[in-house]
Amino acid sequence: MLEQLSQNLEHVFKRLRGHGKLSEDNISEAMREVRRALLEADVNYKVVRTFINSVKEQALGSEVLRSITPGQQIVGIIHKELIDLLGGSTAELELSGNPAIILLVGLQGSGKTTTSAKLARSLRKQGRQPLLVACDVYRPAAITQLQVLGKQLDIPVYAEEGNRDVVQIAQAAIRESARYAANVVIVDTAGRLHIDADMMDEVKNLQKALKPAETLFVADAMTGQDAVNAAGTFAEAVTLSGVVLTKMDGDARGGAALSVREVTGTPIKYIGVGEHLDKLEIFHPDRMAGRILGMGDIVSLVEKAQEDIDVEEAARLEEKMLKNTFDLEDFKQQLKQLRSMGPLGDLMGMIPGMKGIKDVDIDEKRLTRIEAIINSMTLVERRRPQILNGSRRKRIASGSGTKVQDVNQLIKQFQSMRKMMKKFGKMNKRQLMKNLPMGF
Amino acid sequence: MLFSATFKKLKQGLSRSRTQLNNRMSKLFTGSVPLTEQMLEEIEETLISADIGVDLSLEIIENLRKNFPLNQVVDMATVVAFLRADLSQRMTSKPGEAEGHEKPYVILVVGVNGTGKTTSIGKLAHHYSKAGKKVLLVAGDTFRAAAIEQLAIWSERSGAELMQKEATDPSAVVFDALQSAKQRGLDVVIIDTAGRLHTQKNLMVELDKIQRVIKKVIPSAPHETVLTIDATTGQNGLIQARQFSQVTPVDHLFLTKLDGTAKGGIAIAIHHNLDIPVKYIGLGEQIEDIQNFDPVSYVEALFQVRETH
Ligand SMILES: Nc1nc2c(ncn2[C@@H]2O[C@H](COP(=O)(O)OP(=O)(O)OP(=O)(O)O)[C@@H](O)[C@H]2O)c(=O)[nH]1
Ligand SMILES: Nc1nc2c(ncn2[C@@H]2O[C@H](COP(=O)(O)OP(=O)(O)OP(=O)(O)O)[C@@H](O)[C@H]2O)c(=O)[nH]1
Ligand SMILES: [Mg+2]
Ligand SMILES: [Mg+2]
Repeated sequence: MLEQLSQNLEHVFKRLRGHGKLSEDNISEAMREVRRALLEADVNYKVVRTFINSVKEQALGSEVLRSITPGQQIVGIIHKELIDLLGGSTAELELSGNPAIILLVGLQGSGKTTTSAKLARSLRKQGRQPLLVACDVYRPAAITQLQVLGKQLDIPVYAEEGNRDVVQIAQAAIRESARYAANVVIVDTAGRLHIDADMMDEVKNLQKALKPAETLFVADAMTGQDAVNAAGTFAEAVTLSGVVLTKMDGDARGGAALSVREVTGTPIKYIGVGEHLDKLEIFHPDRMAGRILGMGDIVSLVEKAQEDIDVEEAARLEEKMLKNTFDLEDFKQQLKQLRSMGPLGDLMGMIPGMKGIKDVDIDEKRLTRIEAIINSMTLVERRRPQILNGSRRKRIASGSGTKVQDVNQLIKQFQSMRKMMKKFGKMNKRQLMKNLPMGF
Repeated sequence: MLFSATFKKLKQGLSRSRTQLNNRMSKLFTGSVPLTEQMLEEIEETLISADIGVDLSLEIIENLRKNFPLNQVVDMATVVAFLRADLSQRMTSKPGEAEGHEKPYVILVVGVNGTGKTTSIGKLAHHYSKAGKKVLLVAGDTFRAAAIEQLAIWSERSGAELMQKEATDPSAVVFDALQSAKQRGLDVVIIDTAGRLHTQKNLMVELDKIQRVIKKVIPSAPHETVLTIDATTGQNGLIQARQFSQVTPVDHLFLTKLDGTAKGGIAIAIHHNLDIPVKYIGLGEQIEDIQNFDPVSYVEALFQVRETH
């Protein structure tokens, strides 16, 4: 996702952190870096300009200048700005009407047909009865493509081979929806260029005739600067209600998310994260913004909780991890920091490589137990875990109200974690982050 | 040159839109004025808005600085001319031709999802068929829904033959197709592959396998590996080109969808960084919407000051 962007930003903040206080000078330098990072992430240059100005204005405000940690303050401002720009909160589909109609539009190859099928699958899971409608009457085998996907899902597809009047087709599908016992009608349309007047008329007519509850603009996450032109023109031609950002499973920095959101003024509702039909996720602006800032290493992860976290401490811990001198006392400090940042589940979503696992319930109780065990150790024991013999372990167990097995398990886990760190010490940071979370 | 070199359509495409690029250039580049820092910044933004990328844009600006001293009066037309020359020179190369190669001439088409591989193959097939070549299309995308049916329609339209095998490993179809083309003395074989993100390890391994199977049947093949790049692609395009060429060395880019408002500037960055030139451009969804890439025309269209068409 936006990993790269966050890495670039983080670079800036690391340097900012070194400066004592913010001045016109060092903030301009930092903003140049932020600008560069955003441009390299494909955020449109005009969007970047507004963004930078807004951040700079706030950063130069007295509050920041008085703060002892301007770097963190700026992180906070950028984080908040990014969330705002990305829409603030999660947006749901608005499925009024019976049948509720969803119209998907966008440029060629952006992922409309695939997303239609993904949406159908997801809505059925929520108890809806979808009907897919093939309104791409141009692309070779477009109808077959939708039919194959429908068959894979066992969801009906309405198509009229040979008919070129898409309004007619869609209206017929809606009339017939009762026969399919469908209460959601999802209309796939042909890819079209925003400057193709005839094709844009077609989609306008479709919207006029169908009055869909949702008209979703499907955009490719790899899109560059032109995203604003395409999305902007689509938004002028038809009333968009949301955006789906596809191919987010790649490593595109995804700055188009910011651009598209900005010019359409509608929320990003879903992201596509793979070719398979279950690869559709709700878009979380906070998570995305958090990821923009919060990825790359433990230090920046920890920065999410700006006030509670001691950055120096985090940097020291990271250093120790890399040098493999990390001990249980460090582990204790790290747990404390992590716990101060709110629900662990939220944090996990920010960690690269954790995407698949983030829905797994993280057992807060277990974590409390781990903390209790570590707290029952003496400082010497925490610093030198190898001295933890049988009797010490027994004492710790009774001190923390746990069983000796729990203590044993924790020590074992800690040892394997250390072993892993040793291995990772030789890797670069990015590889490190991909693997690290297993330890917790 | 393979294709009609009128480039009218390209120009139409690139200048059809009232984009910032054209507007800016027309406003910026008139008359004789002192060259200011702010103007350079605007030129930089113009380059960036074409997806050329920050690094290369800065390099081009630096080059400009070296040749045009700040605050001295210049005729802006010469600045534009300088930019055009700089960019077109960066995109110039000599692509190879199918003529004179052994038979069959094997073209492998690869790229990320939805960039236009199958459509571009239809266009290429049409071109070679029209030139009297016996062409075989290979349905190497055995994954995406109706990918084979889509290619089948292009084979009908172009008059090229089709080799397909439902639900198999793509390298199996490729193997059969090449064997048969060799035996039957066909002229050109064009292999379609499934769209894949360069980050998907298993799919990149699959591509490697396809490439090795090709070599097994015809050691000198593929004679041309073409990577499709969607003109709307941003900076990720450079990573795509790098990753794909690590698995199967890419000879040329096919820059698709240039009929939109996107400028496709990432192709300049790809050429600059990886020395992979653009050979073809796609200008629409029809079979004739293909042209040989010409850097001079491209750059001219890119920096078109608005004029009447
Ligand atoms: N990796 C990945 N591939 C995707 C995703 N969504 C779609 N694709 C792929 O992108 C390609 C294009 O998807 P389609 O659904 O055919 O796109 P479309 O917008 O309907 O295309 P046209 O109808 O030609 O305009 C296919 O190869 C899809 O499998 C995604 O989220 N991740
Ligand atoms: N406007 C325009 N559309 C194009 C061009 N080339 C391809 N397309 C369209 O882009 C969409 C995707 O094209 P495909 O040929 O299916 O792309 P692909 O790379 O084979 O897609 P996958 O196999 O799914 O990865 C289709 O709607 C094509 O009609 C072009 O040069 N201009
Ligand atoms: Mg489609
Ligand atoms: Mg294809």
